[in-house]
Amino acid sequence: MTSSSLDIQRRSATPTTAPEARNPTEIAQLIDVSVCIGCKACQVACSEWNELRAEVGTCVGVYDNPTDLSSQAWTVMRFAEVEENGKLEWLIRKDGCMHCSDPGCLKACPTPGAIVQHKNGIVDFNQDLCIGCGYCVSGCPFNVPRLSPKDGKAYKCNMCSDRVAVGLEPACVKTCPTGAIQFGSKEDMKEVAATRVADLRSRGFDNAGLYDPPGVGGTHTLYVLHHADKPELYSGLPKDPSISAAVALWKGALKPLATLGIAAAGLFGFFHYITVGPNRADDDTHADAHADTQGEDRS
Amino acid sequence: MTDKVIQRYNAAERINHWIVAVCFVLLAISGLAFFYPAFFWLTGVFGTPELARIVHPFVGVVMAVAFGRQFFRYWHHNLLNREDIRWMLSVKEVMKGNEVGDIGRYNGGQKAMFWVMVLCVAALLGSGVIAWRPYFAASFPIPVIRIALLVHATSALALIASIIVHVYAALWVQGTIRAMVEGVVTHAWAKKHHPRWYREMTGKKL
Ligand code: HEM
Ligand code: SF4
Ligand code: SF4
Repeated sequence: MTSSSLDIQRRSATPTTAPEARNPTEIAQLIDVSVCIGCKACQVACSEWNELRAEVGTCVGVYDNPTDLSSQAWTVMRFAEVEENGKLEWLIRKDGCMHCSDPGCLKACPTPGAIVQHKNGIVDFNQDLCIGCGYCVSGCPFNVPRLSPKDGKAYKCNMCSDRVAVGLEPACVKTCPTGAIQFGSKEDMKEVAATRVADLRSRGFDNAGLYDPPGVGGTHTLYVLHHADKPELYSGLPKDPSISAAVALWKGALKPLATLGIAAAGLFGFFHYITVGPNRADDDTHADAHADTQGEDRS
Repeated sequence: MTDKVIQRYNAAERINHWIVAVCFVLLAISGLAFFYPAFFWLTGVFGTPELARIVHPFVGVVMAVAFGRQFFRYWHHNLLNREDIRWMLSVKEVMKGNEVGDIGRYNGGQKAMFWVMVLCVAALLGSGVIAWRPYFAASFPIPVIRIALLVHATSALALIASIIVHVYAALWVQGTIRAMVEGVVTHAWAKKHHPRWYREMTGKKL
């Protein structure tokens, strides 16, 4: 749910400009995958703060539990066992909304105000306006939003916009026992990330780097990855995410084209009628019609 | 009225047509509301935006089924022949109100419109089912749903533009609406617009 004390930058299905005057700083949440121990304290904190209770599942043979995001699980830890440079690595990634600068969910949403992007970078869903069409699910390049089976509305991580609005860090950040999740201005987070990346590089992770994908204009959930060259290793984090071409076309060029087509059809009919006039055959039902006008251009 | 009339559509056909037409209008209203942010208020026709979203696909299925019935009624009347090609090539002349060719039950334009509608409704049904939440969409991969949404919106807009032409043609050629309301057309109408069909129906030589 959006917080009214945060300024809005963009609003779904709203072509006019958002309020411009105030300019809060951009924030970001930095997830340092190399420090995470997979304890899931963040999952619990999220569930507690947001009062969510995913159904108790069963062990599927790996640590992932719940196994996927849902309307009751806005963040989940994903565990991947991969072999890199001949060594087994256990890569653990906290999955959830990336808070894109160019959010595909917001672009796809047909409902005015059901999705907003706050000026600080948080992308937030407004469930009371949501109509449950699921367009956001298709629009998101990270496969994040989930429809609730109970109310049909879309849910996802809102970076605790209610907490951030009053100057607190997100619940997951507050809880993380290792400091793997940090929170602050995006600028600061990039600086912190740079020192972490330098450290990892010095320890032999030559491809360590920051994940802040430019294809979606950058994100407000950032990852420090030991293998930034292969983000797919981390349970399928997309390498170069962007809004899909189909969605861009659907929400872009199609609109003016469609408008043109419909307007052309309507205007053609109107002007044809007032220039050529009706095509009559029933002389006796139209006392005023002349038998010989049918074929003539009377314009 | 003293006109001599010919039956063109029986009651079942007319009911069938108007079921499709009413469904189409409801679908176009709700669909355009989802497609154009500026028309989102049209969802109010259905009570609330969410109701419009829920109702739309069900109305779509009703329309598709009713249209399917029309398809099996009329497809064999809509096979193109040489006369239709001639008609299409001289469409400019037709627009001026001058009939071209020895037209049977349907002219080239009507036949083309029929096949455009068939294509659009088939595409809308297929893509609409794929995008249908919460029932079916979850069974399809997200890239497929994206294509479906693009196809759905494109074919919907193509169909809406076509229907505008369809409705206009019925208004322009006076006496045509009566065929779908009362089921009959006058001899003069048939003789002028569909001479071959007129001869078939009356056994008269023109
Ligand atoms: C044939 C059966 C049809 C089915 C199963 C169907 C289903 C759907 C579904 C599932 C959606 C997404 C919104 C929602 O869940 O309500 C949708 C949107 C839409 N439908 Fe349909 N529909 C059908 C026919 C039609 C027809 C005949 C039209 C045109 C008059 C139409 C026009 C639209 C439009 C314009 C949208 C919005 C697309 C967008 O947001 O860009 N639909 N339809
Ligand atoms: S990750 Fe998906 S849900 Fe989150 S802001 Fe980006 S597009 Fe929207
Ligand atoms: S499900 Fe809700 S939030 Fe998602 S696109 Fe539809 S209206 Fe917008």
